[in-house]
Amino acid sequence: MTRDERPLRQLPAGLWLALALALAAQLAWRTHEASPRVREAELPPAPSAAALRLASFGEPEATARLAMLYLQAFDYGGANPTPYRRLDYGRLIDWLAAILELDPRSDYPLFAAARVYAENPDPAKSRLALEFIYREFFADPDRRWAALAHAALLAKHRLHDLPLAQRYAAAIQRNARSSAVPLWARQMEVFILEDMNELEAARIMLGGMLASGAIRDPDEARFLRQKLDELERRAARK
Amino acid sequence: MPALILGRLVLLEARRGGLVWLAGLALLAGLALSGFLAQLAITEGRLLQAAVVAALLRVCAVFLLATQVVASVRREIDDRRLELMLALPLSRAVQYLGRLAGFIALGAAIAALFALPLLLWASPAAVWRWGLSLAIELALVAAAALFFAMSLGQLVSALAAMAGLYLLARSIGAIQAIASGPLAEDTLTHELARRALDGVALLLPALDRVTRSEWLLYATPDGRTYVSLLGGMLIYLALLAAAGLFDFARRAA
Repeated sequence: MTRDERPLRQLPAGLWLALALALAAQLAWRTHEASPRVREAELPPAPSAAALRLASFGEPEATARLAMLYLQAFDYGGANPTPYRRLDYGRLIDWLAAILELDPRSDYPLFAAARVYAENPDPAKSRLALEFIYREFFADPDRRWAALAHAALLAKHRLHDLPLAQRYAAAIQRNARSSAVPLWARQMEVFILEDMNELEAARIMLGGMLASGAIRDPDEARFLRQKLDELERRAARK
Repeated sequence: MPALILGRLVLLEARRGGLVWLAGLALLAGLALSGFLAQLAITEGRLLQAAVVAALLRVCAVFLLATQVVASVRREIDDRRLELMLALPLSRAVQYLGRLAGFIALGAAIAALFALPLLLWASPAAVWRWGLSLAIELALVAAAALFFAMSLGQLVSALAAMAGLYLLARSIGAIQAIASGPLAEDTLTHELARRALDGVALLLPALDRVTRSEWLLYATPDGRTYVSLLGGMLIYLALLAAAGLFDFARRAA
């Protein structure tokens, strides 16, 4: 592309000055403005799945994943020592449910519920996330068993609620029928009742999942290894 | 063949107008976005990249092609070059369809280019089906943009009509689902509105069912469904071409 242009040196000095001043003002204004910080407990009410579907313009899979990234950003960040402490879990569950309805085949909402939101130190919030996983499990047990298996472990070791853990384990045993579901997951009730510590149980579960090929996503494998390392560090400190 | 010459001119104009650079920039933006998203995802990283990049490139392809078609045709009309062309011993059908063929070929080239990076995250068979579907969707966009650019007097109104048709066609399924949801009122007014909506849907192409990122993530539809989806697009393409030809034939020389 070529255009007939006057050389830059022929432009009036006033124009150069105006451009430089406007640019400097823009930079100064933006530098002065507070940069977006970690948003604390200001999660807006969840839209309905139908509204999300309408906004997706026929791309529900992409919208569901972008909505998960949006959700992840609330009340979380490197400088935040207690992530998700202030988050409104009622709204969070509504968001997760809407996203899951938008793309029911995505593992992301249940994975985040089990591995991120259910690990909240507040037992009431943790229970809300666990119950969400339990409710959604029945819609597709053969795909969603892994999240409920982790929920069972959390119920036993974090909430110390053995009946709840047993209820989750029994649901997997009765409803997960696919040959892709490993034997240990279907026999989880036994391993809930056994007197093992959390680290040992997590090692068996994650080791089993990695060995069975259930985790193919490298990001997920890396995230789970980090979690296992955290557990090991916590066990070593005790 | 005069039609082929007209088509070639369309491609030449796109190349000289810098469309190749814009398409390359869109591709780079998609790849940069995928790298950024990979850092944020805690699971399904590959699926996230495939879905978002596919959705972004699809929108970019439609936007680039629609603006190219509308701008090119409006320039031709405003510079009175179209009047000159009409004076040539060529039938109006050849003139219109030659241009349309050029824009369709341009759309196919963009679709092929934009499908390539998806091979990083999806199987070649899935990418092939997605790419072919995008090429046909772009052919439809080219036909619609050509129709609006020829029949509406202004560039802005042609672009607005094109965007309205495209966005409505992509969301009509969701709008119909909302209208017939369980919470919808059971009144005569609502029933009439719902029927009117169904009527509007009959006049639109089912763009919400083609070029789906779902095909890249989970599974492509079976052959029969796929062919029927693309067949629907081709029928609408024929409708737009016929409507455009009809309008072009009525144009005073």
